[in-house]
Amino acid sequence: MKPLIKKLVEAVGPSGYEGAVRELVKKEVAKLADDVRVDALGNLIVRKGKQGSGGLRIMLSAHMDEIGIIATHIDENGFVRFTTIGDVGPRTLIGGRVQFLNGAYGVIAGEWLTGTDQVHSFEKMYIDVGAAGKADCPVKIGDLAIFDRPMLDLGSRLVAKSMDDRIAVAVLIETLRKLKDTPHEVYFVFSTQEEVGTRGATTAAYGIDPDLGIAVDVTGTGDTPKGMRMAVKLGAGPAVKVRDGGMLSDPRVVRWMADTAEAAKIPYQLEILEAGSTDARAIQLTRAGVPVGCLSIPCRYIHSPSEMVDYNDVQHAVSLLTILISNPIHLQ
Amino acid sequence: MAELKDFLKSLLSLPGLSGYEDPVRAVIREAWNPLVDELSVSRIGSLHGLKKGYGDEPRPRILLSAHMDAIGMIVTGIEDGLLRFTEIGGVDARILPGQPVTVHGRRELPGYVVQPPGWLLPEDQAANKAVEMKYLFVDTGLRAAEVNELVRVGDLVSFAQAPIELTGDLLAGHSLDNRASVAAVTACLQELQHIRHIWDVWAVASVQEEETLGGAYTSPFEIRPDLAVAIDVTFARGPGSPANYTTFPLGKGVTLGWGPNIHPALYEAFKKLADRLDMPYHDDLMPRMSGTDATGIQMVAEGIPTMVLSMPIRYMHTPVEVVSLKDIARTGHLMAQFIAELPADYMQTLRWDDES
Amino acid sequence: MTPKKTSPSTTPLIGTEQIALLERLSNAVAVSGAEHEVRKIVLAEIKDLADDIKVDALGNVLATKHARQEPALRVMLAAHMDEVGFMLVDGEDGLYEFATVGGIDVRQLPGKTVLVGKDHLPGVIGAKPIHHTTPDERRNAISLDNLRIDVGNENGKKVHPGDRATFATRFQQLGPSLVGKALDDRLGVVTVIELLRHAPAHIELLAAFTVQEEVGLRGARVAGYALDPQLAFALDSTPAGDLPTWDGEESPRYNTRLDGGPAIYVADQGTLSDPRLIRYLIQTAETFGIPYQIRQPGGGGTDAGAIHKQRAGIPVVSVSVPGRYAHTAALVARLDDWQHTLALMYHALEGLTPAILDQER
Repeated sequence: MKPLIKKLVEAVGPSGYEGAVRELVKKEVAKLADDVRVDALGNLIVRKGKQGSGGLRIMLSAHMDEIGIIATHIDENGFVRFTTIGDVGPRTLIGGRVQFLNGAYGVIAGEWLTGTDQVHSFEKMYIDVGAAGKADCPVKIGDLAIFDRPMLDLGSRLVAKSMDDRIAVAVLIETLRKLKDTPHEVYFVFSTQEEVGTRGATTAAYGIDPDLGIAVDVTGTGDTPKGMRMAVKLGAGPAVKVRDGGMLSDPRVVRWMADTAEAAKIPYQLEILEAGSTDARAIQLTRAGVPVGCLSIPCRYIHSPSEMVDYNDVQHAVSLLTILISNPIHLQ
Repeated sequence: MAELKDFLKSLLSLPGLSGYEDPVRAVIREAWNPLVDELSVSRIGSLHGLKKGYGDEPRPRILLSAHMDAIGMIVTGIEDGLLRFTEIGGVDARILPGQPVTVHGRRELPGYVVQPPGWLLPEDQAANKAVEMKYLFVDTGLRAAEVNELVRVGDLVSFAQAPIELTGDLLAGHSLDNRASVAAVTACLQELQHIRHIWDVWAVASVQEEETLGGAYTSPFEIRPDLAVAIDVTFARGPGSPANYTTFPLGKGVTLGWGPNIHPALYEAFKKLADRLDMPYHDDLMPRMSGTDATGIQMVAEGIPTMVLSMPIRYMHTPVEVVSLKDIARTGHLMAQFIAELPADYMQTLRWDDES
Repeated sequence: MTPKKTSPSTTPLIGTEQIALLERLSNAVAVSGAEHEVRKIVLAEIKDLADDIKVDALGNVLATKHARQEPALRVMLAAHMDEVGFMLVDGEDGLYEFATVGGIDVRQLPGKTVLVGKDHLPGVIGAKPIHHTTPDERRNAISLDNLRIDVGNENGKKVHPGDRATFATRFQQLGPSLVGKALDDRLGVVTVIELLRHAPAHIELLAAFTVQEEVGLRGARVAGYALDPQLAFALDSTPAGDLPTWDGEESPRYNTRLDGGPAIYVADQGTLSDPRLIRYLIQTAETFGIPYQIRQPGGGGTDAGAIHKQRAGIPVVSVSVPGRYAHTAALVARLDDWQHTLALMYHALEGLTPAILDQER
């Protein structure tokens, strides 16, 4: 699964411009799916199975998009000013490299600051693309870029940009590969524009009209030196989300997921994330409402260019998700 | 009124936090069962009661939405048998120290919210400052080993303060926001038992208002009403609350919402009716959003003409909210009379004031 | 930008009639949630331009002009009728506290004249005489709590809390500029009316004159759901911040520039425009020699933010007329920019086919 993960996390796909990732996923799922389509917002919707008696229509969602930047101004000297796409923290940027969708590269630098303990606001940063002047600049207003960084394989720990949420894209692909038989009609949705407000999942869910929705996404951890306080750890299994900053999981779904993990002896953790949200938020409020849950991959340093996950957690997530959708479901 | 009070007190003794409304839904279900023709539960837990009208089919539908979810807390971690927690629905940490609560673990555990002494807290939580929620604990009195057996991350913590009758018709308790409105809808359904109304009435006890307006966005999509009324609580004038247009005298009548979330013709209709019934009311000006289910309901599908009725309560989002039972009864009566008089062709006559 | 080719003579023009309509609309009062005055004008104007017209539960005007040939493409055009303003919330005898509706910088308010209620009663927002202020006090902005709308004792009998009010600015033309209140988005309203008038035969044109844009794109949400188009354009006005910087340095932030032509959106707070539609608009502008600019990506938003999330998703893009000083007593826009916006949209609709949706975004 590591080669697949590497391919996915090194692909370029900021919110709204997920084409390259979509092509990659399409190739992976082509032979495994019963039906593949792309909707108006670019969501890749992959169906497996047909709804039998007692079966449900299930939507699984992992978002293809990643955070990035977008050029707002090219100055007289060819330096690029920018704003962010998705929730980017200014602390992780200076000295980093970006790759534009048109192939141009650049480094992020900042204006001179008087104090060494100051942090650059985005307004005080710029991207140097190596241009000698405005005429020479390969970037124009409205061009998007992502934070360039190759994957690092540390054995059981993997580090990359866009683990959020390509790691879940990999989990969905592997689950589809492992899924032998299901009484359900399962829609594997590789969604778009999650980082700017779960927009792709909103329309995908409307189109699919599922009976049950499960987002697969990353969540934070509380296992780093003097880090945020949170009960989730790397390597202790995937997390069953109870709530996050924007959603309360359906308690029936939480029970079903946790009970299934216990019965299958798959390690899992219960998660409460006090900020952020996932595609599940959008699915829950679709049409007349949808019971939802979220399976989270614990991840350190989320929204930095070096997001770290545990490979065992990832594999356990695939196992748990496969079991969850292989058997009849009775929420209670 | 005594019946209303007892029903409301039974609602106030129950948990039913946002997203976890099962316990309170069961009791409302029981109360509505004899009052409606059909009962169902939405896919995310809102209770729908249909009381059929006497008009010819297809009958127009009015939806009455009162959210049944309550604010509370949820366990985020367990340390040495003490529970860390965060809030659900909007809780001010300053009301918590010393608060009696119930922890909904493998079994229900009584406990108290406790504030550690200052020397155990970071410097910025000094003695005279409010202590942030993340530094508070719930103490169940049990030893760590037992707590670890009985409680896990994600378990709910609800207020355990029992309802209290104050003087006159005032009742205090937690979750009056918005169980007071559930009681008002119930009173309306009771009154409708003796009225031959033309319209179908859909009573909805909605979920997740305090968090996502979840019930408000979803139930109307399923029911597709022609009109909707959101019933909620508003701010009563009292200690600490501003003496401006956002607050109203307690026990002096219902409030009629006015603003972008409200169809102006519905406001006019309710106002005329209240005048005719000689019922006291105040205008609740909502220049932007109403902060109620109406904010969601109005925008469902092709859009729904929506009205907001509210009852003033004091100390909103504390365990000692105070409401006047009279205001609840008035709200129920106003809705019932409105429904009683709805003609079959009301939608054909509903106009914006610039339309001929 | 030099025009490669002058617009053909079929391009609809902004003439005295269109400017007169803009003037009436700019002078009308339609604070979010109370759009009746503008709705009334719109309904009268489009009476003979559309095949089907309705007012929905929120007060949106939804007008359909049917295609006259197949295959038809269902295209939604949205422009919002509402404007930012005030609601009186408390007070009596002619002196009222008020709340702001929509994004208003309170520093814009002291010393302004306003129109109050359906009868447009004149009022003023006063300020403490400079003689009674201290230098310290004058360094701080005057807060909303300290402002009142004053209509005078007599008219106080005709005014009630709950009434809406807005700036009393009268529309005028100043040289190349159009100056008035609420040109955001009355410019878009007139543009959509003109596009209805000149609708191409192969387009099923779904015009939405929306409400409550300034308080959360609320009208557009239900309009997008009801009209269910294959793609949509939001026509709005966007700030031009092309003023000198305090230190004379090059400004990296201006959003758009006056005289730069229609502003095409790539990204704002609520929407990532459909890349196919961005490319198509740029291509159209270049083909017809219409000047255009890319609005600086960033905050703000238009009805597109609500429309694109309706049903199973709707490809959208926004096009705005740049205007200085939006959400104040007077916005300044250029007639030329407006004309170019209309030309761009007209030619875009003319050449639009369902094939655009077959490309991957």
